[in-house]
Amino acid sequence: MSEKNQQQPAKKGWLRQAREAALVPALAVFTGLLIGAIVIVVSDADVIAAYGNFFSNPLHAIGLTFSTVATAYGALFIGSFGSFDRLVEGLGIYFSTGETRQLLRAIYPLTESLVSSTPYILTGLSVAIGFRAGLFNIGAEGQFFIGALCSAYVGYSISGLPAFIHLPLALLAGAAGGAVWGAIPGYLKARFGAHEVVNTIMMNWIAFRLSDWLLTGPMQASGFRPVTPNVAISAELPRFFSDPIRLNWGFILSLAIAGLVYWLLFKTTIGFELRSVGNNPDGAKYAGMSITRNIVLVMTLAGALAGLAGTVQVLGVDRWVGQGFSAGYGFDSIALALLGKSHPLGVVLAALLFGFLRSGAARMQSMADIPIDIISVIQGLVIIFVAAPAIIRRIYRLKEKAADEESTVLTRGWGR
Amino acid sequence: MTTVLELRGITKRFPGVLANDHVDISLNEREILALLGENGAGKTTLMNILYGLYQPDEGQILVRGEEVAINSPSDAIARGIGMVHQHFMLVPVMTVTENVMLGIEPTKNGIFLDKGQVAKRIREISEQYGLEVDPDAYIKDLPVGTQQRVEIIKVLYRNADILILDEPTAVLTPQEVEGLFQILRALIDSGKSIIFITHKLKEVLAMADRITVLRGGAVAGSAIPSEVTPRQLASLMVGREVSLTVEKEKPQPGEVVLQVNHLYVKDEREHVVVNGITFDVRGGEVLGVAGVQGNGQTELVYALTGLLPVESGDVLLNGESLAHATPRQILERGVAHVPEDRQKHGLVLPFPIYDNMMLCTYYQPPFSRGVVLQEKAIMDSATELTAQFDVRTPSIKVAVSTLSGGNQQKVIVAREFSRPIKLLIASQPTRGLDVGSIEYIHSRIIEKRDDGVAVLLVSSELDEILALSDRIAVMYKGQIVDVLDADAVNKEYLGLLMAGMKPSEAASKAKPGEQTVERVF
Repeated sequence: MSEKNQQQPAKKGWLRQAREAALVPALAVFTGLLIGAIVIVVSDADVIAAYGNFFSNPLHAIGLTFSTVATAYGALFIGSFGSFDRLVEGLGIYFSTGETRQLLRAIYPLTESLVSSTPYILTGLSVAIGFRAGLFNIGAEGQFFIGALCSAYVGYSISGLPAFIHLPLALLAGAAGGAVWGAIPGYLKARFGAHEVVNTIMMNWIAFRLSDWLLTGPMQASGFRPVTPNVAISAELPRFFSDPIRLNWGFILSLAIAGLVYWLLFKTTIGFELRSVGNNPDGAKYAGMSITRNIVLVMTLAGALAGLAGTVQVLGVDRWVGQGFSAGYGFDSIALALLGKSHPLGVVLAALLFGFLRSGAARMQSMADIPIDIISVIQGLVIIFVAAPAIIRRIYRLKEKAADEESTVLTRGWGR
Repeated sequence: MTTVLELRGITKRFPGVLANDHVDISLNEREILALLGENGAGKTTLMNILYGLYQPDEGQILVRGEEVAINSPSDAIARGIGMVHQHFMLVPVMTVTENVMLGIEPTKNGIFLDKGQVAKRIREISEQYGLEVDPDAYIKDLPVGTQQRVEIIKVLYRNADILILDEPTAVLTPQEVEGLFQILRALIDSGKSIIFITHKLKEVLAMADRITVLRGGAVAGSAIPSEVTPRQLASLMVGREVSLTVEKEKPQPGEVVLQVNHLYVKDEREHVVVNGITFDVRGGEVLGVAGVQGNGQTELVYALTGLLPVESGDVLLNGESLAHATPRQILERGVAHVPEDRQKHGLVLPFPIYDNMMLCTYYQPPFSRGVVLQEKAIMDSATELTAQFDVRTPSIKVAVSTLSGGNQQKVIVAREFSRPIKLLIASQPTRGLDVGSIEYIHSRIIEKRDDGVAVLLVSSELDEILALSDRIAVMYKGQIVDVLDADAVNKEYLGLLMAGMKPSEAASKAKPGEQTVERVF
């Protein structure tokens, strides 16, 4: 048999696998949007009123239903991707006059979506890598805060360094801070068997209160607001365009790191050990792997990833840290890792979805007067459908999945 | 004699597999029908069809002459068909009574559970068939054999008169097997009919009234136990001549490879379960450790392989101490371990075959360079080993969880035997496997012995010990009570030692019996 022939079935299998893996999440998103539409309709007073007069004017009620949904999702779409008309107009102006302002305004929504996706990618990877090793990292939120604070400190307290030293230093500081915050519960688990779910939650609270204290005391900028000083320009992640577009190198960095995590998980002995421990700790021990070392390692890595998410947010977007800085990235990332099936590529896609939804939601609120919370409802629905794929399989009459897929262990019970 | 159950032309297809191919089977009243076949012969599929878990693509099911459609287990139960699964469906933290009443809870005054009534029925059933089950005991406290009797009670409580037992002896000790056979006889005497699924020839010959052999999804033949030999049955099952005795030359023992001195080991609950053991194994010989399961053999093996800590005493491999070494250090010094529980320790089930083939050596060249896995080397090695060790699989990329038990075990054997090793520790190496796989794995073990490897074989199957060992150590309550030369062994004497009798008493009690050993599973 020639080399080519042997490669063929493998490639086909890969494609088929990818399609099968993506099928349920894609249908979950679709179903989530569908039910979200129902929620939008029933929460709209005008539509309800129209249905009150359904028998006198049924077409009006039905028409209003569709127009309400179309307006809402249209606004959501424009809010997250931008308007096509504006893009055409911007391009026209750019080519005829060389003026970029209109063009930049047209791509602004799209770039904002990518900006909100960035921390999602990194926190999602943090939770996903934990899942791969059988650990449930609920502490991404705390690690995010600590990472942000550490990088902000390095960013504003040091001055006079060139950017090519200062920026990497600030990035490293953030990752290291998160790593420590993840390693502590990892060590407690490995050494004493304390469950990581409990410990990471507790570490979150410590991180929140610690940041409250730091922001009102040692790290507070001059003035009354509980925020840190701005980081030095030499520590900023460079932005691609002029203000107000905030898209910066952090997005590229997060994609690169997703690639790195993929490589680590599937192409190295380190990842092989992590996945062995996650899928069968007894088997891993039999094979001579150290369970404790792997637990500490994976929690450290998870912490570093979440810390880096906070870092990228500080150095690339906000430039300073304030209270309530995270907006729940760490918690959403649990859902996101589930949606992405703990696969780096899946996590990136899920993070983009969440980023686009979140960034479009503001537009939807202002344009279509739909409360921003509807996005949380849709996200929640998507997560339910992904976590309980049987629902989706039933609705769409999909065949049962073959059991030969490497499944992700989410948790392995208490006290182990 | 009336026919209580008849399957006519049952055919079931799964994607790519013809699991059952026009199978005809009939069961008479008060009869034990043994359904014999290798793993993957379609026995379990057939019974799942009968129990309503699958629907046949073709064919009819007749219960007492009447054609019926069985669409769910509750249909089956309504027709008086009950199933005792290979893996028990019991809730460990509940009592026997609670487990039995699950799904059909009788109530007092409409809302309160009437446990008293159920417990009373359980006692009646238990007495009638000699099951000896305490309705108030918690499942988690019961030995496996008793848990199985709870499963039987569950079926009887639902008034089944056709019982299907799926591989019921796979998890039992020899004594428990004996007890189960008596229970089955009592059930038959009171008018029940039984289908007994197994791949063990010895059991079939001991207790079946009639035998139907399945091979490749179709009926390969039927027989009456008194009219067939084990050899005929085995070749019917496998489809070719199989050797039931292990061909081996006289051993050529060399230097002492493994030396165990006054070894003490505690189990996970801190009980001392290996209680001062001393023995040695030479290169080129097989030392068989015989004993009823649960006498410390498992923990002995765990201690030797680093999975449990050594409390005191020493373990020497070629004179070097392994007592406080990690599993990896032990592996690297040339110890291979075929673990007792292949799914718990031996494999990472969701991983593909190629990953499992290098589970212990992934960090060494050629499988990795630095931290980077070398996919080509991994694939090449796995492809070669899969062919060399006859692992039946469509591809090395499938998850090992999809392989049959025999092929899973071959993956482990391939991995462990292909490393350079000095000591092979094989624990229950053929548990749950079919005749063909057993034959194969036994011949590989003897091959290793002849290469000069020291082999420590732990098995609760006395026949396996007798067939492979050059010396036999009998273990009872954490101690080795005697070590015998396999040539001069008396089977009855061994049995008495395993049951806890002192060597002096046992020697006087055991009559000189037959000494030739034919291995029959």
